[in-house]
Amino acid sequence: MASTILEMKNITKVFPGVIALDKVNIRVASGEIHALVGENGAGKSTLMKVLSGVYPHGTYTGDILFNDKVVEFKDINHSEHLGIVIIHQELALIPHLSIAENIFLGNEQAMAGVINWNKTTVRTRELLKKVGLTESPNALVSSIGVGKQQMCEIAKALSKEVKLLILDEPTAALNEKDSDNLLQLLLELKNQGITSILITHKLNEIAKVADTITILRDGKTIETLDVKKEGITEDRIIKGMVGRDMTHRFPERTPKIGQVIFEVKDWNVFHPEHAGRQMIYDGGISIRQGEVVGIAGLMGSGRTEFALSVFGKAWGKHITGSIVKDGKELKLASVSQAIESGIAYSTEDRKQLGLILIDDIQHNTTLASLGKVANGWVLNENLEIVEAEKLRKSMNTKCSSIKQKTVNLSGGNQQKVVLSKWIFSEPDILILDEPTRGIDVGAKYEIYTIINRLASEGKGVLLISSELPEILGLCDRIYVMSQGRFTGNLDRAEANQEKIMKLMLGAPVAPGKGN
Amino acid sequence: MENLARLFRDNIRQYGMVLALLFIVGFFQILTGGILLNPLNVTNIILQNSYILILAIGMLLVIVAFQIDLSVGSLAAFVGAISGVLMVTEHMPFWLAMIVILLFGALLGAWHGFWIAYVRIPAFIVTLSGMLLFRGLTYVTLQGQSIGPFPSEFQLISSGFLPDVFGGQGIHITTLVLSFIASIAFIWSEMAKRSALKKYGFEPLSLGLTITKLVLILLALNAFALSLASYKGIPNVMILLTVLILLYTFIANKTIAGRHIYALGGNEKAAALSGVKTKRVLFWVFVNMGVLAALSGMVFAARLNAATPKAGTGFELDAIGACFIGGASTAGGIGTVLGAMIGALVMGVLNNGMSLLGVGIDWQQAIKGIVLLLAVTFDVFSKSKG
Repeated sequence: MASTILEMKNITKVFPGVIALDKVNIRVASGEIHALVGENGAGKSTLMKVLSGVYPHGTYTGDILFNDKVVEFKDINHSEHLGIVIIHQELALIPHLSIAENIFLGNEQAMAGVINWNKTTVRTRELLKKVGLTESPNALVSSIGVGKQQMCEIAKALSKEVKLLILDEPTAALNEKDSDNLLQLLLELKNQGITSILITHKLNEIAKVADTITILRDGKTIETLDVKKEGITEDRIIKGMVGRDMTHRFPERTPKIGQVIFEVKDWNVFHPEHAGRQMIYDGGISIRQGEVVGIAGLMGSGRTEFALSVFGKAWGKHITGSIVKDGKELKLASVSQAIESGIAYSTEDRKQLGLILIDDIQHNTTLASLGKVANGWVLNENLEIVEAEKLRKSMNTKCSSIKQKTVNLSGGNQQKVVLSKWIFSEPDILILDEPTRGIDVGAKYEIYTIINRLASEGKGVLLISSELPEILGLCDRIYVMSQGRFTGNLDRAEANQEKIMKLMLGAPVAPGKGN
Repeated sequence: MENLARLFRDNIRQYGMVLALLFIVGFFQILTGGILLNPLNVTNIILQNSYILILAIGMLLVIVAFQIDLSVGSLAAFVGAISGVLMVTEHMPFWLAMIVILLFGALLGAWHGFWIAYVRIPAFIVTLSGMLLFRGLTYVTLQGQSIGPFPSEFQLISSGFLPDVFGGQGIHITTLVLSFIASIAFIWSEMAKRSALKKYGFEPLSLGLTITKLVLILLALNAFALSLASYKGIPNVMILLTVLILLYTFIANKTIAGRHIYALGGNEKAAALSGVKTKRVLFWVFVNMGVLAALSGMVFAARLNAATPKAGTGFELDAIGACFIGGASTAGGIGTVLGAMIGALVMGVLNNGMSLLGVGIDWQQAIKGIVLLLAVTFDVFSKSKG
């Protein structure tokens, strides 16, 4: 581990008006897994774009040394040629092409422009074996899960004879099991001498695999930690990232819980496209006033499908069961009826499903309740601006003004706009699906504070999350789902990670209250 | 000055096309030795483009909703044929026939809307089918013949002028009076906007800039009115257009329905999950397009004074082009009615100017093609800068 494969010295990158990177230094030893952490906007992605040649030599200052030689990349092909491959957060695979076609896309196994399919298939099979996949090279990428798609991305990197592999939040969209597989693969690749740089928000992953950690904050290198030498705790890393001691990752709250205000009973939902495939079996939950209720479950357990089907049948077919709110049974046939009945659902996919990205904060904030800023059919834009501005202040959304397009906001601020929209609809029940996915530690804390505030105002909050610490830290009561069934209903006092994990995996139900 | 520069930068999409239009107008004004802005020709430009302008209003909403309608030219022709049958062959009173035809247009639009919104067939396919279907039905209805002439009251829609109640000699006084009233109304609405902004505690545009903007717009408006007044005054069809433009600008900017169309075009799934009834909105956008296409078809038939089988050929492309030249986004969710009108006028003035210069229809087509490409390129670049 003595030799250094990569060294970036005094890297400074300036965008108009912003210094994105300010004399950043990073040194990566050969054959290690190097974690790069920092809040969103700290400069991680920019640094990796400088490294991979997306920002070519000349647009930044400072030196990059690869295997002790100064390199000046012109573009991304140039860096790939030397064995530096970056795998972006958003997968770059083409769904309607096969695995083999994807892996050799742009690097086709061809003679004089004619593709040698036999060679392609054979080589793909070898590569898939390396990453632990048994899929046929001819299977379409769209037919395999997200976790396996991520593995294909790595196989693609291996096909380019990668020496330094950069992964930008590779597990953001993966469930626990797929994440573990991926981390395991990184360790195996390490044994084969491949160096990795891992960008992640999930601190527990760092503890599992990283040898060294470099922390960035506000475009500067804060520190480099050696995991083996020092006992690194998550709190220690967070302190470096946010520049303050975070003894409490979750804000304090004294729950004031009232009567049951919302109940779903005997809920059955079928898949809208695959005929006869049942997705939710006899589901049921109840939410009390001022209560934060969690739903834990692996991806694919039916959490989102359950929430969407309750939210005015926005998903699913042949939905049966009853919804009771404030003692009255509701018949919800559409999303607008659900909103009018005081139910809000904030989606897990804020870019695709949550926001009109080309539109501004103001319009996004009021979209779900335009009637509140209109006289009859006619909008009162001045009133709309006043209301949107109020929410921007109370949510502490960072932006140039409420006329800023949401596409230009950071993930945390986008999430605040989505929450603003639903808070503006003045719901009694808020369903929050993965409200902190992909956003940084500081913004997470703010979102948690908002959740607590909503509960203290007497609303019922249903929190769906993949992060167990989050569920345990925020919820008064926790439902667990596994393969479309509710497998547990635990009080805060009796819940812990192991119990929930068992229920999530569908293990025999521990004696809980049931439903 | 700095404020002015910023104002311009923030609105480059809007002002860019206005500048392009002014440039084209100035260019042809010089080349034609002043014929382009001659009062007779100004009136002509409006009459020649009225039916495209009407189509472009409906098309703008379609394009903002991230859809397309290829059928409007055929639909206009079909509706023209039906109006020929009703008014000329069946001698139905012209006003009753017009109402029937507008409803018929709504029905044809609903046909498209049904397949697009509820059966989820792509608009390109549905309206391509409509383009063939309605063209075919036009031929069936007319049996390949033209029908005419129309009752004289009907012709007045597109060839009549507002009567001069003041009986001016050589100058149309009513036009000048209306332009004066419009100027006052415009100043009043700007002032009302300012005081509303102040009431809610916002900083309005500086008074100097507001006055500069007002002076420029009022100068243009009154110069235009003076030009019309020194010929025959305001054409009837321009009154129709003004009402439509004001109405649809209001719908697009100030109503819940308008906001829902923009949201739908910007991100259909997010809009649906925010309670927008996306299918219903989509359906009504096409019904509306049908009504405006019917209106356009009647204006065209009235202008030609005949229902002909080949009427409206290529109208759809002019209307679509107008929207994109006027800054509508090909990805949906962005565009303004006024922009589409300016886009249509850019095309219209190009046509007219080149005709005056004796440029053949062949070269006109080619040049319009290049202009469309340049306009959208400009738009793409100004967007990436913004």
